[in-house]
Amino acid sequence: MTGVTGMTQVASAGGTSDAVPSLWTIAAAGDKLQAPSIEYGKLSPVLIVLGAAAVGVLIDAFAPRKARYSAQLFVALAGLAAAFAAVIGLAASGAGTTKAQIAGMGALAVDGPTLFLQGTLLLVGIVGVFTFAERRLEPAGRGGRVDSFAAQPAAVPGGEGEQQAVKAGWTTTEVFPLLLFAVGGMLLFPAANDLLTLFIALEVFSLPLYLLCALARRRRLLSQEAAVKYFLLGAFSSAFLLFGTALLYGYAGTVNYSAIARVISGADAVSDPVLADTTGNDALLLIGGALVVMGLLFKVGAVPFHMWTPDVYQGAPTPVTGFMAAATKVAAFGALLRLLYVVLPGLRWDWRPVMWGVAILTMLGGAIVAITQTDIKRLLAYSSIAHAGFLLAGVIATSEDGISSVLFYLAAYSFVTLGAFAVVTLVRDAGGEATHLSKWAGLGRRSPLLAAVFAVFLLAFAGIPLTSGFAGKFAVFKAAAEGGAGALVVVGVIASAIAAFFYLRVIVLMFFSEPQADGPSVAVPSVMTTSAIALGVVVTVVLGVAPQYFLDLAGQAGVFVR
Amino acid sequence: MSPINYVYLAALLFTIGAAGVLIRRNAIVVFMCIELMLNAANLTLVAFSRMHGNLDGQIMAFFVMVVAAAEVVVGLAIIVMLYRARHSASVDDASLMKL
Repeated sequence: MTGVTGMTQVASAGGTSDAVPSLWTIAAAGDKLQAPSIEYGKLSPVLIVLGAAAVGVLIDAFAPRKARYSAQLFVALAGLAAAFAAVIGLAASGAGTTKAQIAGMGALAVDGPTLFLQGTLLLVGIVGVFTFAERRLEPAGRGGRVDSFAAQPAAVPGGEGEQQAVKAGWTTTEVFPLLLFAVGGMLLFPAANDLLTLFIALEVFSLPLYLLCALARRRRLLSQEAAVKYFLLGAFSSAFLLFGTALLYGYAGTVNYSAIARVISGADAVSDPVLADTTGNDALLLIGGALVVMGLLFKVGAVPFHMWTPDVYQGAPTPVTGFMAAATKVAAFGALLRLLYVVLPGLRWDWRPVMWGVAILTMLGGAIVAITQTDIKRLLAYSSIAHAGFLLAGVIATSEDGISSVLFYLAAYSFVTLGAFAVVTLVRDAGGEATHLSKWAGLGRRSPLLAAVFAVFLLAFAGIPLTSGFAGKFAVFKAAAEGGAGALVVVGVIASAIAAFFYLRVIVLMFFSEPQADGPSVAVPSVMTTSAIALGVVVTVVLGVAPQYFLDLAGQAGVFVR
Repeated sequence: MSPINYVYLAALLFTIGAAGVLIRRNAIVVFMCIELMLNAANLTLVAFSRMHGNLDGQIMAFFVMVVAAAEVVVGLAIIVMLYRARHSASVDDASLMKL
């Protein structure tokens, strides 16, 4: 017992404040409370998106039902485009390279990786809004055309309330503000520069995603089940992340990234020598670091924390699946990179072997289990797990090339994913989307263009040359090999070969089998889904044929600010 | 009593919560166990805050409370929706997508 036992003793101790923690006492004179200084310019992308989300909530509360769709669409697109312009402006002013700095009183780091990932996320968000707003696929109700979200999410599936809502042609326009809130959290996630911001950003983007998963118009039981699974497992993993945060705080006495790194490297002494056997203890550091990394690996969907991925990807409405698959991966890998490269570089001899194991399990596990899948959405889910493994190989490189190759891979992968899931929304039969693989047989004969586009995406997933997938995989594996992870690259190439098998199997199925008599038809979408798919094709081809400009861009962005 | 004992208590509570999530089958109870884990993290933060003599941990605890409240709103909405559709909140019954 060295300290104090209660408030009264502190008060009576009065002037002898040296022995007393300065929790309840302040120095007598001088110190004025300093107002925090916030760099609004540097934070403008996040602020614009969250502001647009708040406006969207107000529209849904006050605007008449008929006006909501167009107003929400306008606000969402305008907000995301303005935020993207702000990111470009920041990058042009050198905020990503020479003027990288810590903003918001140490809460956020605005540097190259942050701006690159924020730009990618905003483009993903814009394409996501396009697929969310598609209204040509479902048969029109009495109240006009409807999208792929539930008429009345609160109504019991198959119940009277649902029938009335469907008949009236209601739609859930709340999806647009939910998407904007999710994008806002994702913009914060890779920028987070202390553990508190990391946790808050994680929750800000996860909670809207849980809700979006539950809002499918068709197959609502599946959709609700996916939401429950995603929510319970997501909350479980974020509790682990939070406990890890608490232990790291106990170790270092601070939640700031660079301050923790300094304590780990021994540059700063751990608080009080009296506390040395309890705090500043390596067990706290190792367990805390492991728990935080675990929480992030869950969001990334790495084996063995991948169990939620196939069910959630299958059950969620397909536009949400596409958005979630692309954007969550971008945001979570950004946060994982920053955590491992800024906070825990002093521990890399401890975390690298673990990440080796996780990367190998993820690559092989995702690729092998995907072979047995019969549902196209589940297949793409396992393929996303395998891709998380390839990305982890770049993370393990622990070099500047490692950072920039992961950034490039994320940008390439996210547009392929968005495009592929947008194609899935178009192949439909009487029950909605026809996601079973047997229904896709002979699609190339019925609808050659759509099948060819989907084949391009599958080739990009497989990493065939002249697609963005090849350029990304090459960059990641090159960085990993140079970072001393040659064996991992060998495993990665084997996993790619296994993965290529099931991608090619789908292509063979589409082009070389007889179409079924009761096969699905291909819906004709509006310009929005068309542009989402077209953008996916363009990015896939451009990043595959001429990747150098974008590799340079990612290369310039490949340094974290401390 | 040394404040480190609160950390031990918090670790115990966290373990009970994690075990509950894995063992219990009712979605509401699973969710309550997750809340227990969050509160265990809060107790750890506050105890460490006292030991380090700075306020970071206490401030975090406030944020965690707000986040937990927001999570309850979203989580109960989803679980109640599941219950109304199936008249059961058991996580074992939600198995339409099992292979």
